[in-house]
Amino acid sequence: MAFRYEKDQDDIVTLTMDMEGRSVNVINDAFGKGFQQALATLQKEEDLKGVILTSAKKVFLAGADLEQIYEQTDPKVLFESTEAMKAGLRQLEKLGKPVVAAINGTALGGGYELALACHHRIAIDSDRIKIGLPEVSLGLIPGGGGITRMVRMLGLQASFPYLTEGKQLKPKAAKKAGLIDDLAEDKAQLIEKARAWIHANPKAHNPWDGEKFRIPGGDPRRPAIAQMLAIAPAIMKKKTFGNYPAAQAIMNAAVEGAYVDFDTASRIESRYFVQVATGQTSKNMINTFWFQLNKVNAGESRPKDIPRQETKKVGVLGAGMMGHGIAYVSAFAGIEVVLKDVSRERAEEGKAKIEKLLNKRVSRGRMTEEKRDSILQRITPTGDAKDLQGCDLIVEAVFENRELKAKVTKEAEAEMLGDGVFASNTSTLPISGLAEASVRPEKFVGLHFFSPVEKMKLVEIITGEKTSPETLAKAFDYVLQIKKVPIVVNDSRGFYTSRVFSTYVFEGMALLAEGQLPRAIEAAGLQAGMPVGPFAVSDEVSMSLMAHIRKQTREDLEAVGETLPHHPGEVVLEKMVTIDRLGKAHGAGFYEYPKGEAKHLWPELHELFVDEDAPKASQQDLMDRLMFIQCLETVRCIEEGVFTSVADGNVGSIFGWGFAPFKGGTLQFINDYGVAAFVERAQQLAEAHGERFVPPQMLIDMAAEGRTFV
Amino acid sequence: MAQEAYVFDAIRTPRGRGKKNGSLHEVKPIDLVVTLMREMQQRHELDTSQVDDVVLGCVTPIGEQGADIAKISAQYADWDIDVPGVQLNRFCASGLESVNVAAMKVRSGWEHLVVAGGVESMSRYPLGADGGAMVLDPAVNAGTNFVPQGIGADLIATLEGFFREDVDAFGLRSQKLAAEAWKEERFKRSVVPVLDQNGLCILDHDEYMRPSSTMEGLGRLNPSFAMMGEMGFDAVALQKYPEVERINHVHTAGNSSGIVDGASLVLIGSKEKGAALGLTPRARIRAAALVGTEPTIMLTGPAPATKKALKVAGMDINDIDLMEVNEAFASVVLRFLREMGVDDMDRLNVNGGSIAMGHPLGATGSILLATLLDELERQDKTTGLITLCVGGGMGIATIIERV
Repeated sequence: MAFRYEKDQDDIVTLTMDMEGRSVNVINDAFGKGFQQALATLQKEEDLKGVILTSAKKVFLAGADLEQIYEQTDPKVLFESTEAMKAGLRQLEKLGKPVVAAINGTALGGGYELALACHHRIAIDSDRIKIGLPEVSLGLIPGGGGITRMVRMLGLQASFPYLTEGKQLKPKAAKKAGLIDDLAEDKAQLIEKARAWIHANPKAHNPWDGEKFRIPGGDPRRPAIAQMLAIAPAIMKKKTFGNYPAAQAIMNAAVEGAYVDFDTASRIESRYFVQVATGQTSKNMINTFWFQLNKVNAGESRPKDIPRQETKKVGVLGAGMMGHGIAYVSAFAGIEVVLKDVSRERAEEGKAKIEKLLNKRVSRGRMTEEKRDSILQRITPTGDAKDLQGCDLIVEAVFENRELKAKVTKEAEAEMLGDGVFASNTSTLPISGLAEASVRPEKFVGLHFFSPVEKMKLVEIITGEKTSPETLAKAFDYVLQIKKVPIVVNDSRGFYTSRVFSTYVFEGMALLAEGQLPRAIEAAGLQAGMPVGPFAVSDEVSMSLMAHIRKQTREDLEAVGETLPHHPGEVVLEKMVTIDRLGKAHGAGFYEYPKGEAKHLWPELHELFVDEDAPKASQQDLMDRLMFIQCLETVRCIEEGVFTSVADGNVGSIFGWGFAPFKGGTLQFINDYGVAAFVERAQQLAEAHGERFVPPQMLIDMAAEGRTFV
Repeated sequence: MAQEAYVFDAIRTPRGRGKKNGSLHEVKPIDLVVTLMREMQQRHELDTSQVDDVVLGCVTPIGEQGADIAKISAQYADWDIDVPGVQLNRFCASGLESVNVAAMKVRSGWEHLVVAGGVESMSRYPLGADGGAMVLDPAVNAGTNFVPQGIGADLIATLEGFFREDVDAFGLRSQKLAAEAWKEERFKRSVVPVLDQNGLCILDHDEYMRPSSTMEGLGRLNPSFAMMGEMGFDAVALQKYPEVERINHVHTAGNSSGIVDGASLVLIGSKEKGAALGLTPRARIRAAALVGTEPTIMLTGPAPATKKALKVAGMDINDIDLMEVNEAFASVVLRFLREMGVDDMDRLNVNGGSIAMGHPLGATGSILLATLLDELERQDKTTGLITLCVGGGMGIATIIERV
C-alpha cells in the first residue's frame, strides 16, 4: 500500500504516504491506485472532520516517476492517465472538508502539486526541505495542476519565476513567496498545527472554487497584465532562442488557462504536458540530466570493488586562477588544503581571492561568517614544499609547461604521503608524458577542472598508461567529495572535452575563412544552443593560447613522424595572431572591447574575410556545421577509445563546454537527429566542406543496425 | 468583362456548445482558424503565396479573437508572409459577407485568389461582449428604438400569426434533419475535426444537437424573451408597431439558434488562378446582395436581400434548387418563406440549421455555404441560395451555381 490511512478520535484522517520498497515516495501507477483507494474511503466517511496528508519518508513526495514518463510515447495513454490523476486531486480538493498538506520533507514537482490541491500547506522549517516545481529543468512542465493552481494562488506575474524557471525554495522562503502557508519546528508541531487548522476551518475550499474568484493581479484581459504578457515571450526567447519548448509551454498553459475556468485550464495544462512529455526535448533532457547523470555519479566509470577513499588533505600547486578555485572547492567540501605557490605572498594572494568569493556569499546571506572562517582556516598558504607533508592528494595547477610540471611533481612527491595520488590539472598535455616525471606513475592521474572552478560542475579525470585502478578510484571519489561531476577518459591529445570543444571554435573560423558573415556564424552558435558563439569564446580562451596548443600539437606529432592535418579555420587564427588581435584579455580580438560599453564584433572582419559575392550559407547550414562537427568528433573519441561511457560523453559535453543542453549532449544529439539521418547529413557536409565531416565507420554501422547511443 | 468568382472549397469546424462545458471552449479561436487553414493548404497542396487576401468574419473581435485575427491566423498557420488578412464585422452576416467580399475582389479583376470565412468563440466572448453604441450608448439605444433580436423575432411571429406550435415544429424539423444528415455523413466533406497539439481529438461533431427532441419537450421550454420584453423592450417595439396589442413570446431555446463556437473557411478565386494551381471549381458565385430593413424588428432582411440578389442574377425564386436560410429564429425563416411565396419546405435547410447545430455568429454564413454546396453536389442540383437576417436591421443573400 502506498498510503497509510488512520482515523483518530477527532474524526481527522491522516493519510501517510509510505511506498513499499522505495526510499522515497514517487507518483507512479502504484501511487495512483493507493491514492484512488484512499480517496474512495474518504468519500465514504460519515463524520469526517478533515484530512492531513503527510509522508513516512524523509521526502514528502518526490514527484512523478521519471522512468514512467520517459518511456511513455503514446499521447493518448498519457493524456488519459494524467487526467485521471488530476481528477483524483480535484476530488480531494472538493471533498468539502479541510485537507492540510503536512510537508515533512522535500516536495518538488508532483509532490508540491499534491500539496497545492490541499487547502493549507505547512512545512517543517528545515534547510534540507525544498519546495517548488522544477519540471522545466528536465524539459517538462507541471502537469498535475501545478500551473493552473499556482497561477490562481499567486497571479500570473508572481507565479512565472516558479513555473518557467523552476525555482526551488527552502520552507522559509517558500512561506514568504506564498508557496506555503505556515512553518512548523518539527513533525510534532507540524501535525499539531495541521489539526488546529482543520478545527478552525471546517468548511475549507480553495479560493478558485469560491464564488466571485478573481486571479490575483487580474487575468490577461487586464491592461497591466496584458502589458507584461506582450513582452514575456520576448524575455524568454532572449534566453532560450526558442529551443526549450517546456518553458514556452508553461507560459502558454498559464496564460491560456487564465482566460478560462479551472477545469478547462487544467485540461489545457494536461495537453501541453502531454506534448512536452512525449516530445523529443524532454526525452533528451531526462535521459542526460536524470538517468545518465545519476549513472555518472553512481560510478559507472569508476573501477568496481575498490573501497571508497576519502581525501583528507589536498595540496594545490599554483595559486592562480585554477589553483585558488580548486583550493576553494576542496576547502568548501571540508578538506584540509595546502595552497602552494612559488612564494608565500603569491599563495596568500590566491587565498585572498577565495576570501573574496566567500565574502560575497556571506553578504548575500548565503553563508554565515563562522562557516566562512572555518573554510578559510582549512587553507594554508605557503611557498614551501615542505608544507605538503601529509597530503594524500596533490593537484598541480601550474602553467602548461612540461619542464615546470615535471619540477613541481618531483618537489611534491618528495613530501606527500607515499601512497598519495598526484594529479595534474592540465587541459592539453598528455598525462602519460607528464607521468614520466613521477616516481610513482601508477599514482599519477589527470584532473581537468574547468574555469571558473567554483561554478563549473565537471571534472574530467584522465587516466595515463600506468594509472592504477586504485588511483582512478581515489580521483573519482575526490571529485564526488567536492560535489563535482566526474567523467573518465583515457589519455590522448586534448582528452575529450578540449578536443571536441576546439572543433566548434575551428569550424566557426573555417566558416569565416569561407567568407560567411561573422555575425551570422556567431548567431548560428547561439541559435543552435551553444552558450557563446565561436568568436566570443575564442576571445575568452585567447587566440595566443589556441595557436600555442596548435603549435605544440604539431611539434609533438612531427616528433613521432606524424603530421597535423590542415584545418581551413587555421588561416583565420594565424591572421588574428599576426595582426595582434589575441582576444579579450588582450583588449582586442574578434570583438572590440570599448571601455564602458558592450563589446561588438570587429567591423574589419568583413574587409579581412567576407567575400560579398560568395554564396551565403543558410542559417541552418551554419548551425548544422557547428553542431555536427562536435558530435562527429565525440564519436571519433569513442571509436578511438578515449572514453567508453555514453553517459560520460553526454554529461561531459554539457557540463564541460555547455553543449546545447536541450539536445542532451553530443551523442544524444545524434539519437535526436536519428542516427541514419545524421550519417546522411554528415556525408552531405563532407562532400561540400571536407573530410572532417566524414561519419566514422562506427556511426555508419550503428545506422545500418538501427542502434542508438545508450 | 468581369472575371467570374468560383468556389473551390468550403470547410468548417464542428460546432461546440458555446459554454464553459462546451468542447471547444478550451480551444483558442485562432486555433480553430488555423486548423482549417492547415487543412485547406494540405487538401489542395495550396501554394499560399498565391492567396491575395484572407477575409474573416468575426462579430466580437476582441480579446483572443481581436486584432485582425485573419492576418495573424495566416501568419501563425505558417502561410506565406505575402498573404495579407482582414477581419470584418457585419454582425451575423459576417461569414457570408466575407464570401461576398472575396467574390467581389475576384470579380473586380484586382485579386485572383481570396480566402473567406469566419470564426466565433461565443463561449469566450458572448454576443455583446464588444459593447457598441447600438446597445450601450443610451442616446443611440433610445434614439434608434433598440430591442434585442429575440424581441424582434417574437414580434415577427406575432405579426405573421406564427404560434408556439408553428415555431416548435420548425425547431423539431431542424433537429430531425440535422440528426439524419449527421447519420448519413452528409457533412463529411466539409467538417474538419478539431485536434489538440498531440493529435488527440477534441471535437469531431456538432455537439449542440438534441436529436431526441419532441414536440412535448419543446413545448415545455420557457419563452426566452418574455421577461425582458415585459421589462420594457416590448413597449419600445409596440410604440413602433402600434397596430400590435401585445407581443406573443413564442421563441425558446428550442426554436432559436444555438450559442456555439466554430469557424469556417472558403477558397474563392478566378478560373485562371484555379487552373494554374490545379484547383477544381465547384461553384460560381452568381450574385450577392445586402439590404437595410426596419431596425427595431431587425430580422426581416432575408426576403428583400434575396429578391435583390435574384434580380442581380436575373433569376426567380423558383430557379433556386436549394436554400439555406439561417435559423436565427424559427419565425425569421417562416416569414421568409411566406414573403417569398414559397409554399413548401422541400428545398429549405434540408440538413437542419442553426436551431439544431448552432450559430457561431461570424462563421455561420460561410458554414451555410459549405453545407449548401455539399448538398447541391449530393443531390446533383445546380443553384442555391444562402441568406441571413442581420443585426441592426440588415439582410444578406448569396446565390451560387454549381459548375
